Amino acid sequence: MSEKPKLHYFNGRGRMESIRWLLAPAGVEFEEEFLESREWYEMLLQDGALLFQQVPMVEIDGMKMVQTRAILSYIAGKYNLYGKDLKERAWIDMYVEGVRDLMDLIRVHHKLSPQEQQKNLALIGEKAATRYFPVYEKILKDHKDDFLVGNQLTWADVQLIEAILTVEEKVPTILSEFLLLQAFKARVSSIATIKKFLQPGSQRKPPTDEKAVAFTNRIFNRR
Amino acid sequence: MSASERGWGGRRRQALISVLSWPPAQRKERTGNRNAEIMAGKPKLHYTNGRGKMESIRWLLAAAGVEFEEEFIETKEDLEKLRNDGSLLFQQVPMVEIDGMKMVQTRAILSYIAAKHNLYGKDLKERAWIDMYVEGTTDLMGMIMYLPFQPAEAKEKNLALIIERATARYFPAYEKVLKDHGHDYLVGNKLSWADIHLLEAILMAEECKPDILSAFPLLQAFKGRISNIPTIKKFLQPGSQRKPPADEKFIAHVKKIFNM
Repeated sequence: MSEKPKLHYFNGRGRMESIRWLLAPAGVEFEEEFLESREWYEMLLQDGALLFQQVPMVEIDGMKMVQTRAILSYIAGKYNLYGKDLKERAWIDMYVEGVRDLMDLIRVHHKLSPQEQQKNLALIGEKAATRYFPVYEKILKDHKDDFLVGNQLTWADVQLIEAILTVEEKVPTILSEFLLLQAFKARVSSIATIKKFLQPGSQRKPPTDEKAVAFTNRIFNRR
Repeated sequence: MSASERGWGGRRRQALISVLSWPPAQRKERTGNRNAEIMAGKPKLHYTNGRGKMESIRWLLAAAGVEFEEEFIETKEDLEKLRNDGSLLFQQVPMVEIDGMKMVQTRAILSYIAAKHNLYGKDLKERAWIDMYVEGTTDLMGMIMYLPFQPAEAKEKNLALIIERATARYFPAYEKVLKDHGHDYLVGNKLSWADIHLLEAILMAEECKPDILSAFPLLQAFKGRISNIPTIKKFLQPGSQRKPPADEKFIAHVKKIFNM
């Protein structure tokens, strides 16, 4: 069989975290090579290993894949987390993209100044509670299945539970109005592979803090 | 045995083989009437009367030879109506009515159209490469699309960044892809979504700097080649549903509708 996928990124969540999340429920073991310094990043660049000079990069099945969405789609397709036909895939794509918009608000949070963070926190809470979570609550209500699409676990469910847990870190009461999402969260968290990923010692990364932001700024030469 | 009794042998088989080698769109024109009956009407696009995030969708449908209708959002009230109707899953456009679905999220819509019209490669790996290439051109076109919405002081800086990214990051990558395999198309030696998206990006970048492809001979040839595909050639002509670049008046109009 092919070797384990190898993830190239810094030792933190960022854009790679969704990829770690998707590999985990599929029960796929993976290795990680952390960018520890600017020199390391430049070495990758010089090797021509980064198609658009960017990470995440995942070595998988003989490819050096870049672009988060492309990597996630490939993993979902490969491990049967992408529905059974074109229409199911369409719904999964729509649900995943919706969640991604919410996750992007959180991902940039620690790059902001303290005042901007206050505003961003309010925005995250507002968007989660009025634009995104009501949609997923309604989907679950309308079909009464355990999962978002096609009555089986898909990428959409994994992306949603990642989003729920990540938003809860910032806004702990965010699910108070969403009973079906609470049940969804409990149900999906107890799936064996996901449960394992949620335990200490897994490759899941802790929330990004200021130190991590300063570190990545240094590596990527950001002002 | 007479020719008519030969069934799929002889000339009919040759004709079929030659049709199968045409690009998907041309093939559809000749054999697609049956498909048209099966499909539930033309896709209907809901957006403002400008490029924005919908333009890539127009490009892809046009290249695939798919006729589509457009309903333009002209006022804030038009947008509110769509929202109140429950037509917009996340309260946002683009929205495309297609095959009984009200699809939202640009990438989801594009992926669906690509797969449906055989522009997404032949297997998972080809799809992976197409996805990677499309994400690159999306990033570049995104920068160009948001340029008019940046504050005036930042415009010059951002334009310089776009040109730098195009000529130092993105175009070299695609030039190398074409150089390495020597084929006419980016993936699988066959027209795919990646090629259509790249042509769109090239033309947008040229609107920023007309000689932006000067260091990329293979991309120049690629541009000429893809532009000549009948469905794309048609889309590039005046009178098509392709939208012009946004001008000041249109930007102000859009900002009003979306409360920007």
